[in-house]
Amino acid sequence: MLLDIRNKFRMLAVVVLLAGGTMPVAHADDDDDERMPVATNALWQAECGSCHLAYPPRLLPAESWQELMTGLDKHFGSDASLDAPSAREIGAFLDKNAGRNRHSKPGKPVLRITETRWFVHEHDEVSADVWKNPKVKSAANCAACHTGAETGNYSERSIKIPR
Amino acid sequence: MIRTLHVLVLVFMAVAGLVSLSASAQTPEDALATLKNEAKTSTPAFQGFSAGAGERFFKQTHGNELSCASCHTENPFMAGKHAKTGKIIKALAPAANAERFSDSAKVDKWFKRNCNDVLGRVCTPQEKGDVIAYLLAVKG
Repeated sequence: MLLDIRNKFRMLAVVVLLAGGTMPVAHADDDDDERMPVATNALWQAECGSCHLAYPPRLLPAESWQELMTGLDKHFGSDASLDAPSAREIGAFLDKNAGRNRHSKPGKPVLRITETRWFVHEHDEVSADVWKNPKVKSAANCAACHTGAETGNYSERSIKIPR
Repeated sequence: MIRTLHVLVLVFMAVAGLVSLSASAQTPEDALATLKNEAKTSTPAFQGFSAGAGERFFKQTHGNELSCASCHTENPFMAGKHAKTGKIIKALAPAANAERFSDSAKVDKWFKRNCNDVLGRVCTPQEKGDVIAYLLAVKG
């Protein structure tokens, strides 16, 4: 009987320790109070979301994400390098959730979401004044107009263009 | 015999589990102590860290377009703003934001990236220590 309880206790200890071992290690983020977008990964949110909005993986095809992930030390003029395990996890997440078909075209992969045919088409009604508004600052600043961008909501109804 | 092995494995896992959870937790003072050891090793004439030197370093440009203050502002007690994207950056001074310098992996990651952007090279232990000494002195 006593032996039985001991064994059960040991099994419980193993389960608890295994669970502890798989917990993410200290990825406290600057933006930890945001709600998560549709396809989500805590490390992706923390790392990609610390300098800019964590852009939804579906906005670029897999080959574009692969190209971006190999050049993080020179990421549009900034060093955004990651340690190898983080790069592997984020790379796999981007690959799995990347956009399919609609962005792909032959040649060098597009690295800026704003240069995809899809983005240009969706934003062709936006006037030049809006892009120049200091409150918008950059076409990379989705959340300037898409008020639900942080949670992955880009619906027309959530658009509010700043004056 | 098997049982002894079993217990040993459990003890090992418990220790490994605790170590993996606490490996990078630290205080800003711990970060400073680590840098002090590095500075003593690399520079025998090391004379300690200076908040004044750290403040100058923080606010100056170093050959590139950006300084630390370009994103973290001239007053690191306040929230900053990413110079390119405009994204809000929480305050850098530990007195304003207790999370700062509490995770050694995060500290190493950001010094590596930001020193590369601001100076085009890694920062020395002296430079990093001076900046942390300055940030610890910022109280409002």
